[in-house]
Amino acid sequence: MGELFDNLRLGFATALSLVNLALCLGGCMIGTLIGVLPGIGPIATIAMLLPITFNLEPTGALILLAGIYYGAQYGGSTAAILVNIPGEATSVVTVLDGHPMARQGRAGVALGIAAIGSFIAGTIGTLVVAGLGVPLSEVALWFGPPEYFSLMLLGLSLAVVLAQGSLLKAGAMVLLGLLLSTIGADLETGQDRLTFGFDDLSDGLDFAVLAMGLFGFAEVLRNLEGSEHQPKIESRIGRLLPSRADFKQALGPILRGTGLGTVLGILPGNGAVLAPFASYALEKRLADEPSRFGKGAIEGVAGPEAANNAGAQTAFIPLLTLGIPPNAVMALMVGAMTIHGIIPGPQVITNRPDLFWGMVASMWIGNVALLAINLPLVGLWVRLLRVPYRLMFPAILVFCCIGIYSLNNRPGDVLLMAGFGLAAHCLYKFGFEPAPLLLGFVLGRLLEEKLRQALVLSRGSFLPFVARPVSCALLLVALVVIIVALLPSVSKKRAEVSLS
Amino acid sequence: MKHMQWVALVVIAFFWAGSAKAQPYPSRPITEIVPFAAGGPTDVIARITGEYMSKLLGQQIVIENVKGAGGTTGITRGAQATPDGYTIMMGHMGTHAAAPALYPKLKYDPNKDFEPIGLAVGTPILVVVKKDFPAKDLKEFIAYAKANQAKLNEAHAGVGSVSFTTCSLFDSQLGIKPAKVAYPGAGPALNDLMGGQVDYMCDQIVNVAEQIKGGKIRALAIATAQRSPALPDVPTTKEAGLPDFQVSAWNALFAPKGTPKEVVAKLNDALAKSLDDPATKKRLLDLGGILPDPPERTPDSLARLVKKEVERWTPILKATGAVGE
Repeated sequence: MGELFDNLRLGFATALSLVNLALCLGGCMIGTLIGVLPGIGPIATIAMLLPITFNLEPTGALILLAGIYYGAQYGGSTAAILVNIPGEATSVVTVLDGHPMARQGRAGVALGIAAIGSFIAGTIGTLVVAGLGVPLSEVALWFGPPEYFSLMLLGLSLAVVLAQGSLLKAGAMVLLGLLLSTIGADLETGQDRLTFGFDDLSDGLDFAVLAMGLFGFAEVLRNLEGSEHQPKIESRIGRLLPSRADFKQALGPILRGTGLGTVLGILPGNGAVLAPFASYALEKRLADEPSRFGKGAIEGVAGPEAANNAGAQTAFIPLLTLGIPPNAVMALMVGAMTIHGIIPGPQVITNRPDLFWGMVASMWIGNVALLAINLPLVGLWVRLLRVPYRLMFPAILVFCCIGIYSLNNRPGDVLLMAGFGLAAHCLYKFGFEPAPLLLGFVLGRLLEEKLRQALVLSRGSFLPFVARPVSCALLLVALVVIIVALLPSVSKKRAEVSLS
Repeated sequence: MKHMQWVALVVIAFFWAGSAKAQPYPSRPITEIVPFAAGGPTDVIARITGEYMSKLLGQQIVIENVKGAGGTTGITRGAQATPDGYTIMMGHMGTHAAAPALYPKLKYDPNKDFEPIGLAVGTPILVVVKKDFPAKDLKEFIAYAKANQAKLNEAHAGVGSVSFTTCSLFDSQLGIKPAKVAYPGAGPALNDLMGGQVDYMCDQIVNVAEQIKGGKIRALAIATAQRSPALPDVPTTKEAGLPDFQVSAWNALFAPKGTPKEVVAKLNDALAKSLDDPATKKRLLDLGGILPDPPERTPDSLARLVKKEVERWTPILKATGAVGE
């Protein structure tokens, strides 16, 4: 326990340095901004800001990116409550009761309870990350190339199983991602593979180019397809602080939502997305009068918001302790870490305690900041919602292009990004999600590298993968995950969830 | 109206200044291409020396990182730049000595396509082993390696990297053929060495010094004539029984072929003076760097070094059968 406090002290010392504090606040502001604006999400934003972070110190870079991520969770609920449009996928549920509350003139209370619930959940979630980080990272000692390979395989199978929509399509996207990751010089012989004679490809596809094309560019295209009409905004905010009765009613849902979100967030695979849905269903079941739900029940805002934010915090656990990104945002974090020469995995906590604990501390500082940013600045966010799309979308595209060009000063990268954007849009039209592709791409390089290192070390024998206990266990879990997902009853449930 | 007159005056003055032809070099910022990612040893050296050179020259030296293909992408771009002294580059052992053997389609010749400016800083190479490796010193390592070749695993940071090239020399001097495990960079390779997954590797002092001091890996020898002040306990290869293994990853400034002699001389002078500046010198020495003696700092000396190094590395690397990435 004393060690935990020492670690947290190191973390706060790191996170409270002037630069890191500014980056944390900046990230939270940007995150709230893009969370409020419908159409542009944290994935696209982080992808766009990657080039900027290259010049930062790695801890600062990750603090900034993390701030954007959980800032967006806060901002998403503002749009959901005021405009009836979920700014983020995770605030879909908040719309159900948050907007009715706004129409009853209780927009301020809805915003207030969402922010307070998120704050409580964020605090608990951060504590869980701090407490579980070290025990989980002890496994680092057991990890050699075969174990990493099996772990990546598990991560990929979870990416397939937990993706939205068809298993087959998600699997296909993961494989496409793996294929794209093999472009470039072979690690051991240095021979070019799949470069078609282009020298620019011999170092492989740039992660930022792919991510920005798949998410930044494609997201704008997708938004343009819908006819451009900006929604009506509920501008009567009312009082912000919930009354004592409101708070009493909301406390139970907040704590239960936090519990659900914490557990679901830890799961590799995109568990955090399910958390608000699960919390809403739970609260509706527990309520004395389920009919109030959908008509402005405060529990329907408090629970899911808490669940959402707790999940957003604990989603960092698989990334920081095992190096497995549970969702596309975390995959971008892996990209940001590797660009800074930090290989995500159990060794990060021991080798870079300042980075790990600095991030943990910054999460909590960020939550405090978000509480401060969100409540008094609601008026500002409302006004931002009125920026016309015809100005916003071209600006986003221009930023994407400048950002990518600044990476390597290569015009080809800009074209490549545009190509990926178009391709992702077509795939999206046919119901293929780009997230599994990105996960496949990110994990693919490590997968191949670890496989080949393991085989060189074993002089070509596949035996270590099953003979070493940790590796064997991971492979078995991966197998079970796939079998379970293929069971008829489970696959039916999955279909229902993705339809809702 | 008064304002307009002032504006006109300033504009005229500006054009007059602009039309004055015979300006001394340099009259605008100089781009220095670093062919590796920001933060690596070569980049750090370029930034430290560049800072003081900027002061001396009165113009900013702007570092441009153009990474790719073991540094050859950036050097190719630099070799093709206008030879006016406004584009220079920081080449190193890999780009100007190992590259011809590793890259069959290399678009430049290290001996012919450049005006050498001067040698900057070398970083010594160390032989490091995992913590619980059976051999205690280099002599024991050599005996063990020869007896247990089939079991021996060497880590390196990718074909064409400094760790790959220098360890290839080490292996060839010992006459051993270990399994070479490739990692994408020195960091991951070191990580598995610390975890005991691989047995040994060779790398630059900047990359391994902290882990040696922290007791996570052990250093058997440093491949220089003298011990390094950064790691005073590590014996030299001469002391440890392998005197022929003398190698350091040198970094040097080059200009494209055809750059005027007086420009090269000016840059050489600025580089040499920056190495003598106490603050700059201290920062470079803290990194474990080796500063060249004044006779080694001339353009001619660098030209001779490049020629000698290409001749030295080509047969060793050809023998490994590897092609650069």
